[in-house]
Amino acid sequence: MFVNFFLELRQAGLPVSLKEYLTLMEAMKQDLAERQVDHFYYLSRSALVKDERHLDRFDRVFGHVFKGLEYIEDDGTVAIPEEWLKKLAEKFLTEDEKKMIQSLGGWDKLMETLKKRLEEQKGRHQGGSKWIGTAGTSPFGAYGYNPEGVRIGQDGSRNRRAVKVWDKREFKNLDGDVEIGTRNIKVALRRLRRFAREGAATELDLPDTIRSTAKNAGWLDLKMVPERHNAVKVLLCLDVGGSMDDHVRVCEELFSAARAEFKHLEYFYFHNCPYERLWQDNRRRHAKMLPTWQVLHTYPADYKLIFVGDATMSPYEIAVPGGSVEHWNEEAGQVWLHRMLAIYHRAIWLNPEPQERWEYTQSVRMVRQIMGGRMYPLTLQGLDDGMRELSR
Amino acid sequence: MKFSGSRTYVATEDLMVAVNAAVALERPLLVKGEPGTGKTVLAQEVAEALGKPLFSWHIKSTTKAQHGLYEYDAVARLRDGQLGEARVHDIANYIKPGRLWQAFDSEAQAVLLIDEIDKADIEFPNDLLLELDRMEFYVYELQKTVKARHRPVVFITSNNEKELPDAFLRRCFFHYIRFPDRETMRRIVAVHYPQIQENLVREAMNVFYELRDVPGLKKRPSTSELLDWLKLLMVEDIPIEALRSKDSTKAIPPLYGALLKSEQDVHLFERLAFMARRERGGH
Repeated sequence: MFVNFFLELRQAGLPVSLKEYLTLMEAMKQDLAERQVDHFYYLSRSALVKDERHLDRFDRVFGHVFKGLEYIEDDGTVAIPEEWLKKLAEKFLTEDEKKMIQSLGGWDKLMETLKKRLEEQKGRHQGGSKWIGTAGTSPFGAYGYNPEGVRIGQDGSRNRRAVKVWDKREFKNLDGDVEIGTRNIKVALRRLRRFAREGAATELDLPDTIRSTAKNAGWLDLKMVPERHNAVKVLLCLDVGGSMDDHVRVCEELFSAARAEFKHLEYFYFHNCPYERLWQDNRRRHAKMLPTWQVLHTYPADYKLIFVGDATMSPYEIAVPGGSVEHWNEEAGQVWLHRMLAIYHRAIWLNPEPQERWEYTQSVRMVRQIMGGRMYPLTLQGLDDGMRELSR
Repeated sequence: MKFSGSRTYVATEDLMVAVNAAVALERPLLVKGEPGTGKTVLAQEVAEALGKPLFSWHIKSTTKAQHGLYEYDAVARLRDGQLGEARVHDIANYIKPGRLWQAFDSEAQAVLLIDEIDKADIEFPNDLLLELDRMEFYVYELQKTVKARHRPVVFITSNNEKELPDAFLRRCFFHYIRFPDRETMRRIVAVHYPQIQENLVREAMNVFYELRDVPGLKKRPSTSELLDWLKLLMVEDIPIEALRSKDSTKAIPPLYGALLKSEQDVHLFERLAFMARRERGGH
């Protein structure tokens, strides 16, 4: 039973090790929980969880294992936003059909059915077909639920929450030479520099020399220290195209500043949300794709991961397989985000959108949740906070 | 013997379980939480409740792990050597035991507090791994091993400024002190000020929790600030009516300096209060 609990914790991504498990067993042997469920919960929590960020996840696994509750998946992304459905229906229903719906039991009833249908389709598309379009059996097909380029929430919505945009975009290669006005960004980025002492001894260490000379009772004893150099390694992932077009300039500035600051800097592009492929050269992005797995295997965990993106997209692009606007992705964007975060613990997301607007966009809230709240605005203060988080 | 809070410290049940587990299994207990929720006080209270001597080691950004073990005053020895003092021949005269050594040497089992471990260099916790695990260390100058007579109960507090290494965390129990809910807070106030008027506490807590809910505060007031503020309110004999912001035009609580510590927060709050007042005036 406990082994099961341990394994489930690991599966849920909690970094519990055998050592902690044995500690818990030792505590159980000494009967510290006094055979009370509450005490056992507190005990196992303090023995197995070492970071308050993981407390919630621990609670969920605990509830699942010991109370027989269903494990609740991360964030409420499974729920389909009501407004979407409304928009969808509004757009494709004629007046007559709307009347028909009223006779069928009203809006709520329809919403219910539509919701169910969409959920089913989400399940079915894993078989290989896309959830939009192949729903030949769907009663909603009659309402013109169209496979080609359905955009929901496009009109009257500044947030560009397109569900599927099939047209390919022109991507600009981000230019690394924009230097003007980047001075202040550099100041913030410099925080990231941690002067780690590595390599061969080359400098005279004066305090140590004095100390060891004194220790030698006056005989001179020279001490050397390794030369300082910047050992910060960074993976920079930039969102290009789509809703990011407005922000390309800000990103260019950040990018050119970053290039000068780090010795180890690897940069990758993605569109809206990272999936199974990233690319390094924007001009040739369709020809030269890198599997994300390869990136994850190439760069060790001591790299710091910085995403730059507005995280403004349709929630499907994060939550469901096949949600990408450009290609068919086997696994959902959040799976990839979680994967990357599991390897690179030091990670932040910089968002060029003003912070006040984050709350109004569902996808921003979702990404923020996945990032564990580590989303910062692309302002000096935000950069400063982000860099502090990275160098902790 | 079990720790179950004390006259001056209200411990929640989960905290008690964590403390008792750490004591029983002789593992360090890492305590985190918002500033002002009683992390440092915990060690003092546990030491007092269990009747053990307390050794506190407060960490600064320049603290090295070695400082907790011992320091060798080589400069003093050099000076003594040049002056021809007799004591220069015994190197032990220049070894100054640190907090860890003192705790190891204690006759009775001691409580050792390593306060704000995150202030130190990133390598600091790693340098203490073996010492805290085996409760012994080697003094190179004296060629001897110092071993703890009784494994001390170790409390470590962190304000989350730096992340701690996994290897270190694996050896610790962990407890996150949650911000107390109203009921716990009432008990905390009661143990500190048993004489205080019931309705003053109620009104003050309303103001306090409302203030904590103000979005965008840089530093939200916490338990210790509430206690200070209540003390001030009592000393200044502020009438309870002054706390009821809803019917008075003064929306800023009296003596707010005890609750809001940063200038920006005070500004923010004044602006919000002004807007709230204007809104009320308009209707």
